[in-house]
Amino acid sequence: MWIGGALADEIPRDQRRSGYETMRPETRAMQDSDADNPATLWVLDGEALWNKREGAAGKSCADCHAGAAPMKAVAARFPRFDAARATPVDLEQQINICRRDRQNAPPLAAESHDLLALEAFVAKQSRGDTIEPNREPGAKESIEAGRKLFNERRGQLNLSCAQCHDDNWGKSLGGANIPQGHPNGYPLYRLEWQSLGSMGRRLRNCLSGMRAELWPRDAREYVDIEMYLMSRAAGLKMESPAVRP
Amino acid sequence: MNFAAICVTLGLAVAAWPARADGLAPYEIVGDAIPAPLAGALGDAARGRAIVLDRQTGLCLLCHSGPFPEARFQGGLAPDLGGTGSRWSESQLRLRIVDARRLNPDTIMPPYYVVDGLTGVAKSYVGKPILGAAEIEDVVAFLATLKDKSK
Ligand code: HEC
Ligand code: HEC
Repeated sequence: MWIGGALADEIPRDQRRSGYETMRPETRAMQDSDADNPATLWVLDGEALWNKREGAAGKSCADCHAGAAPMKAVAARFPRFDAARATPVDLEQQINICRRDRQNAPPLAAESHDLLALEAFVAKQSRGDTIEPNREPGAKESIEAGRKLFNERRGQLNLSCAQCHDDNWGKSLGGANIPQGHPNGYPLYRLEWQSLGSMGRRLRNCLSGMRAELWPRDAREYVDIEMYLMSRAAGLKMESPAVRP
Repeated sequence: MNFAAICVTLGLAVAAWPARADGLAPYEIVGDAIPAPLAGALGDAARGRAIVLDRQTGLCLLCHSGPFPEARFQGGLAPDLGGTGSRWSESQLRLRIVDARRLNPDTIMPPYYVVDGLTGVAKSYVGKPILGAAEIEDVVAFLATLKDKSK
């Protein structure tokens, strides 16, 4: 227990609920139908980018990965622990690692249309797959670092993620339902953003709400939190690209 | 040159300055209350009402609900503010706003008049309490008017 302790206990596996379950029926219907889900635009662009030869190597993602089928369940296993680099890597970073090492192409900017599109296309191949705990050697340390950040009070409002997402989920924060805070829909289309957004964007939104200092975009902290969120969501099914209010 | 060094140079008696190192007005906690107003004067209930309802300033209705028919989106994490003026004295209300952790270390209610001992505060808020001393007095004055109608 950390100083200033919380009542927070992790949500037991059989009580985990996707943010989907508390959405209004219209918003759920939008997610359920590819024709109505605004994220489909990004998925289609992502598919085109997946097949496009890029960079000095003149290779497409599909050239290396033999079509999209091998991407099945991949997003349900990210972030992964990259043993060679001794660091956790999320899907977004993996896409840019492939661009650099395999395509000899410049990285795509964080939150850019093309990066979100590729991510949405890859993640869509995992729809319906169950998130399982990451048992890679090295992942444990990252999960524990994320767990610590999740339970630590931060910012001028002195709140922790756990106080909202473990202790008060299902209640109303100024009229908005507080979800359990699961990562199973990312990247996702938020009606409030009127755009697709990454997990990093969501985390920065919650941190700003706490009046906490944001870490730099590429900081390890975000990936550690994402690692922990995935372990905390084990048992839930992937919904990417989801729709949220 | 720091503040104390300037005082020494100017020949001022540092001990005569009651200011705290964190720049906040000093206050004394007695039991579960702060008996004396922070800003040296009582606040204004009408200004306090505006602060409580403002989603950028008071933030109260993120968590609390209350008898405010014009506020469409209210919170459900904390007790309804209706009747607080019957449940608590102004002195008790003052401590609950200034630093609710004094009464419940696990509380989710933010400490409104604190600048030290916080982690990872965004740069634009470092060294600033959520509400200033005069604003807290306004909020206290307003909460005191929220009497329980059934009593
Ligand atoms: C004061 C409450 C509060 C705190 C503190 C908070 N969040 Fe959130 N979080 C929310 C709300 C409310 C939403 C839903 C967004 C909406 O619909 O407006 C949300 C959404 C999320 C989601 C998306 C869930 C989904 O179903 O798509 C994740 C993930 C998340 N938060 C993680 C975190 C993390 C990690 C932290 C700490 C760094 C944190 N939150 C801190 C209130 C909070
Ligand atoms: C992030 C959540 C949150 C915010 C923001 C918040 N509070 Fe609270 N408040 C609580 C909770 C939870 C309690 C219940 C007691 C506890 O947990 O310490 C509480 C307790 C109180 C109490 C005592 C209520 C009673 O009847 O026992 C008062 C008065 C109060 N708050 C006033 C305010 C005012 C005024 C503001 C804004 C200036 C505010 N609160 C902002 C969460 C919050």
